[in-house]
Amino acid sequence: MAEIQLRDVQKHFGPVHVIRDMNLTVADREFVVLLGPSGCGKTTTLRAIAGLESIDSGDILIDGKPVQNLHASDRDIAFVFQLYALYPHLTVYENIAFPLRATGQSKAEVDKAVRTVAGAIGIIHLLKLRPSALSGGDMQRVAIGRALVRRPKALLMDEPIGSLDAKLREGMRVELKRLHLENGSTSIYVTHDQVEAMSLADRIVIMHDGILQQVGTPSEVYLRPANLFVAQFIGSPVMNVTEAKVTENAGETGLQIASENFAMPRELLGMLQQQGAESISLGVRPEGVLLSHDQQPGYRPVEAHLIQPFGPFDIVDLNVGGQTLRARTHTGFVRQPGEKLWARIDPAQAHFFDQKSGTSLGIRLT
Amino acid sequence: MPPVPIDQSDRGNVVAVLATLDSGSRAAAHGWSDLTIRNAFIIPTIAFLIIFNIFPLIYSLGFSFTEYQVSLNKPAQFIGLQNYADLLSDPAIWRSFTTTAQYVIVSVGGQMIVGFGLALLLNRPFPFKGLVTTLLMLPMMLSPAVVGLFWKLLYDPSWGPINYALGIGKFEWLSNRVNSLFAVAITDIWMWSPFVMLLSLAGLSAIPKHLYEAAAIDRASWWYTFTRITLPLVSPLLLIALIFRTMEAFKAFDLPFIMSTASVETIAIKLYQMAFQGWDTGRASALAYIVLIVVLCITNIYVKYLNRVKER
Repeated sequence: MAEIQLRDVQKHFGPVHVIRDMNLTVADREFVVLLGPSGCGKTTTLRAIAGLESIDSGDILIDGKPVQNLHASDRDIAFVFQLYALYPHLTVYENIAFPLRATGQSKAEVDKAVRTVAGAIGIIHLLKLRPSALSGGDMQRVAIGRALVRRPKALLMDEPIGSLDAKLREGMRVELKRLHLENGSTSIYVTHDQVEAMSLADRIVIMHDGILQQVGTPSEVYLRPANLFVAQFIGSPVMNVTEAKVTENAGETGLQIASENFAMPRELLGMLQQQGAESISLGVRPEGVLLSHDQQPGYRPVEAHLIQPFGPFDIVDLNVGGQTLRARTHTGFVRQPGEKLWARIDPAQAHFFDQKSGTSLGIRLT
Repeated sequence: MPPVPIDQSDRGNVVAVLATLDSGSRAAAHGWSDLTIRNAFIIPTIAFLIIFNIFPLIYSLGFSFTEYQVSLNKPAQFIGLQNYADLLSDPAIWRSFTTTAQYVIVSVGGQMIVGFGLALLLNRPFPFKGLVTTLLMLPMMLSPAVVGLFWKLLYDPSWGPINYALGIGKFEWLSNRVNSLFAVAITDIWMWSPFVMLLSLAGLSAIPKHLYEAAAIDRASWWYTFTRITLPLVSPLLLIALIFRTMEAFKAFDLPFIMSTASVETIAIKLYQMAFQGWDTGRASALAYIVLIVVLCITNIYVKYLNRVKER
C-alpha cells in the first residue's frame, strides 16, 4: 500500500501547458477521483503517475521516494486503461496471469492468484475465453482482475467504465467500490462523470485547464464549491448562477435578480463589505429555490415556463423578470407551464462568488 | 450529350433499364444492361486465363503421361505413369530437390531474420524514416537479371570488391556447390529481405501502442514483451511473407541461372534443362507437375497454420 504525492508537477505538450503546478497528496488506502472536462489534464496526470508520460519538472513520490525518473515497470503500480488494453491473443486466464508470469512466479502461485482474483470479480466461468468473445463489462472486469492480481502498491484507473452503457456502468460502480473496500489499495480514478466521482471518491480532485480547482470530499465540493467552475461542474441539474445586486431598503436586506428582490438575512451586507467584492454572482442549486402556490412573506411572484419530470422530482424553469431560475420540486408540484407561483431563495443554500475572479467569497448564511 | 428522346410506346422498358444505371452514362443512353457491361469486362479476362493458363495446364498434364519431344515431328505416345516413375527413381532429380530445399531454407530463413530485424529497427520514429525505408526497398525493385549479374561481379575471385573488403584473397564464391549455394542465397536475401521487412512493418505498426503500455505496467521485460506480445501479434503477417518467399524460392531460377548454372542446380534449372535443352517435353511436364504438387503441399501447411493463428 502506498501514499502518492505530487509536488509542483509541470507538463507541456508542445505549446500546451497540460499540468500546471500540481500539488496533491493521496493518502494510503484512499480513493481519489480526478474529475474534470475533457482536455483538463486529468488523464495526463494519471499517466504521469504511472510512468507512461514524462513530466517536465516537479516530483512524483510514492511512499516518499521520488519515482519521476523510473520506468513504469519499476513503479509497482497497476493501471486500468479506458479501452481495457487486454492482450487479444491470450485467454482471460493468460491475461490475468500475465503480470505474474512476466515477473517469473511459479505455476502454482500464478494459478492460485488468478483463481482467487477471478473468483472475487466473478469471472471464473470466462477464464478460457479470449477477449474478443467478451462483452464490454466482462472485458473491464478482466482488465481490473489483471490490475489487482499482483497486489500493486496503487491502482490507477483511466475512465475504466466510461465506454459501458449506463446500466452496466451503475453496476460496475458498485463493484469497484466493493473491490476497493475489500482490497484497500490506494486508488486514483479519472473520470469526467461527476456522478461516478461523487459515488466512488473519498476525495474528489477537480481540474480545469491543467489547474487544480478544488480538492475535497464529495460533500465538500458539493456544498462548498471553491469557485464558479466547480459550482457549475458538480451537481446535476446545474447550479443556477446569476448576476445579483445586494440592496438595502428600509432596514430590509435583499438580493436583486433582474427586477425581483429576494429577502436575505441582514448579516449578508456586513459579510460582503468585509470581502470587498465589487460585483457578485449568486449561485443557488435548484433545491435551494423554494416554491409555493400561495403568497408568503419573502416569496416573490414567478412564472413556470418549462417542466422536466425526472421521476422522483421535477425540475421547473422559472421566469424571474426575464431571468431563468431552476427549481427542484416534488413530482407534479407544478401542473403546467405558465402557472403563476411564488419563489424564495433559501439563504442557507446560497453561494456568493466574486464575479470577476469567479472565486467563492466563502459566505455561509443560516 | 443531349438527352435521348424516348419513344412513348417503349417507355416502360427504357425506364427499367435506366433505373439500373447511372442515368447520365453513355451506356445507359445506349440501352446496355448491367449484365452486358459486366460481361464486357469479365469475358476478355476469362478468355485470356483459359487460353494462356488453364489450357496449357491441362494440356501439359496430358503430355506428362506420354513420351513426347516437341522438337521432333513425332506424335506423343502414351506411356502411363512411366515418366513419374523414372523421375522419382532418378538420383539426379533427388539431388536437385535436395539442393532446392537447402536453398529455400538458407535463403528464406535469412530473409525472414534480416527482414524482420530491419522492421524492428524501423518501427520507431526517427529522422528521414521515409527516405531510409524507400532506400532499403530498392533491391526489391531491380530486375533479377541485373541483380544476378552485379553480384556475380561483386563475387569475382580476383578483382571482386567482396573478397577485397573481407580480405580473403581469391576465395572462389561461385565454384563449388556449397559456396555457390550460399553466395546465391545471400544475393536472394539482399534482394528480398525488404519484402519481408515491408510486411513485418505493416504487422508491427498494427499492434496497438496501449498493449505495450499495459505490458510495461505489468512489469514485463523487453524480451518477455517481444516473445509474448510482439511475435504472436505479428505472426500472421510473418507467415504470409513466409508463404510468398517459400513459393518464390522453391522455383528459384533467374539468380542461380545467371550466377552459377553449373553448381546451384535447383529444380527449376533442372526443369529448364530437361525441357529446353534436352527437349524431353513429356518428362519435363511430369517434373513440373511434381514441383507443383510439392509447392501446393508446403503452402497448404502454411495456410492451415495461418488460419489457426488468425483465429485468435
